[in-house]
Amino acid sequence: MINDDLGPPLLVVRGITKTFAGVLALSGVDLEIARGEVHCVLGQNGAGKSTLIKTLAGVYSPDAGEIFWEGTPVTIADPVAAINLGIATMYQELDVVDGLTVAENIFLGHELDTLGMLRRGSANREARALLERLGHPDISPGREVGQLSPASKQIVSMARALSHDTKLIIMDEPSAVLDSEEVKNLFRVVRELTASGISVVYISHRLAEIREIGDRITVLKDGRSTASGLAASETSTADLIRLMTGRTVENVFPKAVPISPDAPVLLEVDGLAVHGVFDEVSFTVRAGQIVGLAGLVGAGRSEILEAIYGARKASSGRVSVGGKRLRPGSVRDAVDKGVGLSPEERKSQGLILDQPVYRNVTLSSFGRFARLAFLNERAERNAARGQLEALELRPADPERETRTLSGGNQQKILLARWLVHGTKVLLLDEPTRGVDVGARAEIYSLIRELAAAGTAIVIVSSEIEEVLGLADDVLVIADGRVVHAAPARSIREDEVLDLVMKGSAP
Amino acid sequence: MSSPNLPVAPPAFSGRVSERRSILARMLSGPIGRNLGLIIALAALYAVGAVTAGDRFTNIENVLTIVRFASITGVLSIGVTFVIIAGGIDLSVGSVLGLATVVATLPRVQLFVEQTNWIVMVLIALGVGLLAGIINGVVIAYGNVVAFMATLAMLVAARGLAEILSNRTTQIVRVRGFLDFFRADFLGVPVLIWIFVLVAVVGWIVLNRTTFGRRTVAIGGNRQASRLAGLKVKRHTVALYALAGFTAGIAAIMMLGRTTAGTSTHGTLYELDAIAAVVVGGTLLVGGRGTITGTVFGVLIFATLTNVFTQNNLSTSVQALAKGVIIVVAVLLQQRFATRDRT
Repeated sequence: MINDDLGPPLLVVRGITKTFAGVLALSGVDLEIARGEVHCVLGQNGAGKSTLIKTLAGVYSPDAGEIFWEGTPVTIADPVAAINLGIATMYQELDVVDGLTVAENIFLGHELDTLGMLRRGSANREARALLERLGHPDISPGREVGQLSPASKQIVSMARALSHDTKLIIMDEPSAVLDSEEVKNLFRVVRELTASGISVVYISHRLAEIREIGDRITVLKDGRSTASGLAASETSTADLIRLMTGRTVENVFPKAVPISPDAPVLLEVDGLAVHGVFDEVSFTVRAGQIVGLAGLVGAGRSEILEAIYGARKASSGRVSVGGKRLRPGSVRDAVDKGVGLSPEERKSQGLILDQPVYRNVTLSSFGRFARLAFLNERAERNAARGQLEALELRPADPERETRTLSGGNQQKILLARWLVHGTKVLLLDEPTRGVDVGARAEIYSLIRELAAAGTAIVIVSSEIEEVLGLADDVLVIADGRVVHAAPARSIREDEVLDLVMKGSAP
Repeated sequence: MSSPNLPVAPPAFSGRVSERRSILARMLSGPIGRNLGLIIALAALYAVGAVTAGDRFTNIENVLTIVRFASITGVLSIGVTFVIIAGGIDLSVGSVLGLATVVATLPRVQLFVEQTNWIVMVLIALGVGLLAGIINGVVIAYGNVVAFMATLAMLVAARGLAEILSNRTTQIVRVRGFLDFFRADFLGVPVLIWIFVLVAVVGWIVLNRTTFGRRTVAIGGNRQASRLAGLKVKRHTVALYALAGFTAGIAAIMMLGRTTAGTSTHGTLYELDAIAAVVVGGTLLVGGRGTITGTVFGVLIFATLTNVFTQNNLSTSVQALAKGVIIVVAVLLQQRFATRDRT
């Protein structure tokens, strides 16, 4: 319900820009929220949705741009300022405190107290009233939040948002932790909120949900709003997808090399499953072939790689490398048989940032540089130097502290590690996350060269165009299942996106 | 409350989010259940003492000795509990205790105190503790120094300052009124024990019934969420270390009462006893969870253990060994609980 006759819109954002360490996260975002509407913000991963929310919630302050609240210009300096204006935010990563009770969480930061002494009776009563309004009288205000399910925690988070004098609630992917029944309840609550004049900013990438609950849509792409205030009911899915994916990166992908039909199968995944995460995944990768896994974050893509690598124990199915079966749940066995993983979180899972570059390159091959448990550092450095030159690391200094290199160069170090190790099967999880466009092209051609040299490669990426541009074959993953498998050339980006969205819709 | 008036919704019919529990489960997660292990451990120690040392152990005089022995570390531990629940650590409390006893008993200070009132001596000791705590807190919160290092520096520095001020001598307390008060009994129980009881009760109320206490738990449990909820995390951190310093000041007064002298060696290694008692009492070192009751039990367990060993003429070395084993077992049990909670 949009009430345009009540004076100026609740919130107007114009030309918001935010840079992190030289990388543009938002560059000129416009947004207009009317009173009592559900305004959906749509965008792919990395489009800037989270940064936009955090800017409105007072976590980040924008470098440029204007924010008008009920017609007056404002700066939202910190979370308290946002709350005082009447903006409440429900973050995607649950922002509740496990050690406190439900009521204490709801009133955290604006406790009901007299001279610092809590009025627990009033707090519990008011918390109960809020929870009842949200349709959850079953959640007891005195209960410790750590014992609640993720869905209930989210209800607590929403009750907290309502406990302030709130005019705008920002919900960041609220349906991510909910099953379909709980999503229905969420929608009912959202409708009641808007009926009472509260506006809701609803972030999601599920198109079906947006159609059901949204009044208007703003689309973000690469930190820019490509469309603002579209009517949710009148905009076609094709238009939305075009707005979300419109290309900015052109022809950065190297030419695919045809794979000879007699190339040996290096990786064979047969009926692999991890209970409750993904089911029955089967595919093969030949020497020289690149297979891409496309899907949304949380669809199970990374988990499939981890299960192949042994970092996550498969509940059924088998993985074979060069015809030899891998021991489930053993990283050691996978590495010994020639499997390498470049993880999604490079910094926390892949690299030892305080060590020099060469140490990170030789990390998986220490045995080869060791004599009686002492490392032969000269041999280590030489091996690293050779690979790093081939990879055009900049600066080409193996002694440099890894932390000081850019994302693209850190990714090269990980690739060098597996080259030194002589890896036959390379698993790449988001290889270009945090890598700028120029360096991406280099990473892409390195990956292609690795494949041409006979490596079997599996790549996971949230960017569908990356998967389609780089891979020979594509598996589309949604909700832990392979919903489609095809040669990359035969499928278009919007078709993949459509499959991904449908697959995960409630 | 100014939240909008929404129509009352019917309960969601999805049973998935229902959070009702059995009575037994509720009892076990209540205060008794949570401290059950500690109660059993304390009872077992008491039984061992009663069997091996008989009446020498069980008579009321000895029980009071145990509690009086526990009272000084106990007061320190209450302050340290707050810091640890908030995800911090304070290694300096023992050393600050020593410094406070020295400052309060300096000849010049005592001269002044004798001319005014013995309460001044109390205020000076409290002031020294509070000041040291505020310095810790400011260095940690605003200087972004890791709590371990900041309070380690305070540990060393406070001890050094105490040595300089006292010239490494022992300064006898000459203020009669002070000694009369703190060495007396009240209702047959030593004043030191009353102070411990008072500090523990106030600590319990502050942690469980005040905004300050609940925010302390929030900051230790989820720092980011606390910041987003609008808590002033830095200011709160300073207050927490100031509180720990303040309890060190109280403990210093008790130490002066017990030993009738101030010296730079007072409180040596007390910080470790306090941290051990807090952890054995079930407070998580990573923060976000902990109880005053647990800490009191932790302190009593160590004090009883020491007494049982002393009554049986066992050496302090054996005591130290036993303490070490208890600490490891307690932490192992904690981790068990922590992992079981998660699944």
